[in-house]
Amino acid sequence: MLRDITLGQFFPGTSLLHRLDPRAKLVSVVLFVASLFISKSFWGYGLCILFLAWCIRISGISPKMILKSLKPLVIILCFTGILNMFYTPGEVLARFWIFKITREGIYTAAYMILRIVLLIAATSMLTYTTSPIALTDAIERLLNPLKKIHVPVHEFAMMMTIALRFIPTLIEETDKIMSAQKARGADFETGGIIDKAKALVPILVPLFVSAFRRADELATAMECRLYHGGEGRTRLNTLVMTGRDYAALGFMGVFCLLVIYAERLVSILL
Amino acid sequence: MPEILSVQHISHIYSAGTPFERAAIKDISLSLQEGEFVGLIGHTGSGKSTLVQHLNGLLKPTSGRVLVDGQDIHASKEATRAARFKVGLVFQYPEYQLFEETVYKDIAFGPRNMKLDEAEIDRRVRAAAAQVGLSEDLLEVSPFDLSGGQKRRVAIAGVFAMEPRLLVLDEPMAGLDPVGREEIIRCIVNYRETTGATILFVTHSMEDAARIADRLIVLNQGEVLMEGTPGEVFARSEELLQAGLDIPTVTRLFMTLKSRGLPLSDAVYTVEQAMDEILRLKEGR
Amino acid sequence: MEARAILSAEGLTFRYPTEEGHEEHAALDAVNIAVEKGEFVAVLGHNGSGKSTFAKHLNAILLPTGGAVYIDNMDTRDENLLLAIRETCGMVFQNPDNQIVATVVEEDVAFAPENMGIAPAEIRERVDRCLEIVGMSDFKRHAPHLLSGGQKQRIAIAGVLAMEPSILVMDEPTAMLDPSGRREVMHTIGQLNREKGITVVLITHHMDEAAQAGRVIVMSDGKVAMEGTPEAVFARVDEIRDLALLPPQTVDLLHRLNKAGYDLPLDTLSVEACADVLETFLRQ
Repeated sequence: MLRDITLGQFFPGTSLLHRLDPRAKLVSVVLFVASLFISKSFWGYGLCILFLAWCIRISGISPKMILKSLKPLVIILCFTGILNMFYTPGEVLARFWIFKITREGIYTAAYMILRIVLLIAATSMLTYTTSPIALTDAIERLLNPLKKIHVPVHEFAMMMTIALRFIPTLIEETDKIMSAQKARGADFETGGIIDKAKALVPILVPLFVSAFRRADELATAMECRLYHGGEGRTRLNTLVMTGRDYAALGFMGVFCLLVIYAERLVSILL
Repeated sequence: MPEILSVQHISHIYSAGTPFERAAIKDISLSLQEGEFVGLIGHTGSGKSTLVQHLNGLLKPTSGRVLVDGQDIHASKEATRAARFKVGLVFQYPEYQLFEETVYKDIAFGPRNMKLDEAEIDRRVRAAAAQVGLSEDLLEVSPFDLSGGQKRRVAIAGVFAMEPRLLVLDEPMAGLDPVGREEIIRCIVNYRETTGATILFVTHSMEDAARIADRLIVLNQGEVLMEGTPGEVFARSEELLQAGLDIPTVTRLFMTLKSRGLPLSDAVYTVEQAMDEILRLKEGR
Repeated sequence: MEARAILSAEGLTFRYPTEEGHEEHAALDAVNIAVEKGEFVAVLGHNGSGKSTFAKHLNAILLPTGGAVYIDNMDTRDENLLLAIRETCGMVFQNPDNQIVATVVEEDVAFAPENMGIAPAEIRERVDRCLEIVGMSDFKRHAPHLLSGGQKQRIAIAGVLAMEPSILVMDEPTAMLDPSGRREVMHTIGQLNREKGITVVLITHHMDEAAQAGRVIVMSDGKVAMEGTPEAVFARVDEIRDLALLPPQTVDLLHRLNKAGYDLPLDTLSVEACADVLETFLRQ
């Protein structure tokens, strides 16, 4: 059922990761991803894997959930892997018909797959430990300087918040409308693509009508509660960066350098 | 009277196997005879909306069976589809499912899905419009240009036009003012009189239920709490109150008078009955 | 100049804009209504009687096409006073779903004070206090879409209370709720009026809700048709029926007994009071 779809799923908790300022977490993920792309060594990736494993452990989130977030990507992963394996020129290890597997190919494929897996796992960790509303707040704060060049940062954040608020409501509504039309004999399962597209009309029209009505009522209600844009607006929960957050950011900076220069460091040490 | 619907020990568990597991209905059995007019009462969360979606196969019970005309509606795909046309279901706030350009086309949606021929569709649309008191000139109007009460009647006509033998309505009067409520009741009664269909209507208003139904079924926390004629049910008003249901003001009035030692009947639920009862006591002395 | 009531509609007329050449029948026709500070007034009427149009004038969602509305002496037509008017006169609507903005209960209650630019510490205090008043403190960190209708509507009320308005206008706040939700909301409204001294204007078509008010105004066809205490208004059973409303069953029963030739007072609304009258009558 539609109800089971989860978007930007968040698991409330009290771990260190949950308690960090969302801005610190957001910047950390950006740093992590950047170092993934810069790093060219297995040593660096090894560090990333260890670090991520540690994060998952202290967050208290089941590793199964991380695997679940990777599930939709299995096809892309396989595709990337195979493409890289066969089409990278270099020392040929095996050959059959018109295909050949090269040593470089295997390396690149492994890199690519690891990179995507780590990227998804890291961003999932962010959304699993940060409520969507905190994330929206963080984005608004971080982009605040852009207001000076007239980028409507507050408006975007408000739109995000409202969208997050109404996603469950509209999903429930879609469910209801579907059931109601099914009760009137609508058939969503059989027929060709055109029939299926046509079958959506009885769902989409009422859904849009209802969404517009809701938007209209919400706008009035917001105005009645004195909403007049972002100007002069304060917040109930202001984000405050604590020592812990700065420490986390500092640690991430050092971590990035370690990942990027991992190979060189290892060669010096050995 | 042959039995049209038989619900046998059905339960429905949402999100089975997860921490959110919750039984919406538990081991419910009930039976409807052809031509009956039954009120299903329960407050929000009593499982009544889950139950009605089982009656035409929209939901499949976790355990138990639903028989329509003696046939299990989940026996085959064809049986499910057949049940959907025999059992018409009007959802809560049905006006929110209107989508066609004209009232006519919207009412015709159900019959068209039944693959009827044009002449039959036309006959049914006009008959249904008449049953809900929509005049012919409104048929070519956009449903979105109608008033709230009219929209609801169009939506109800959309189910009437499928000519179900069992009509199930989930809170058909919700959110309407007294005039609107009367209109909807009239539509249901009209449909029953012209087609002889069986009616099951779901409500949390004891007052409405008692006024028009022959038999009441009260649900509480996913189970059948009581079942019987309105008189039998209201005689157990204390239990109804405990289940968080609203009993009619006159019933409460009579409970108070009885508790003060006056020899009055405890199965009073309309002003007319109250009147008769008081006059009986006063003038019968 | 004579002191104006806290809420005052003077010759209020409103016509919805229509196509040219069409003279739309007035939705509100020279309505005079004054509500004093601390009153609890119920405005009754069937659909299309003009009661909701009236409510929308009280905080300048609609502006009069004739006459004027004054909220605490502020003319709603004065654009410069818009925010002050809306802060004084809070508004709760029918559908609780469509007035909740945030994904967390306390964030939603904070919405209005945030817009007012109040300092975070003070917002926190207001949020906690308002949630306490409506009895929803335990749900502070909950997601609103998982609450019941009655709970959502109480959150919406808390969200408006956080502006600290002196008037609360409720436009059919219970129409979409089940009986227990209605009881919750009506209990909250009564409490706000009695204990916090908030002036309440309740738009409704439920007689039993109107019966809880101090004064009832019945609207019909854009005009005030009846006005007075609930007891006085509901005693006029035949008129109530003519206005397409249902009289409370208690009064209805006494009225019928009167028609049957017994002389019983009609101003007993509550079950207890009506039982008293009937008990004496039956024991005579």
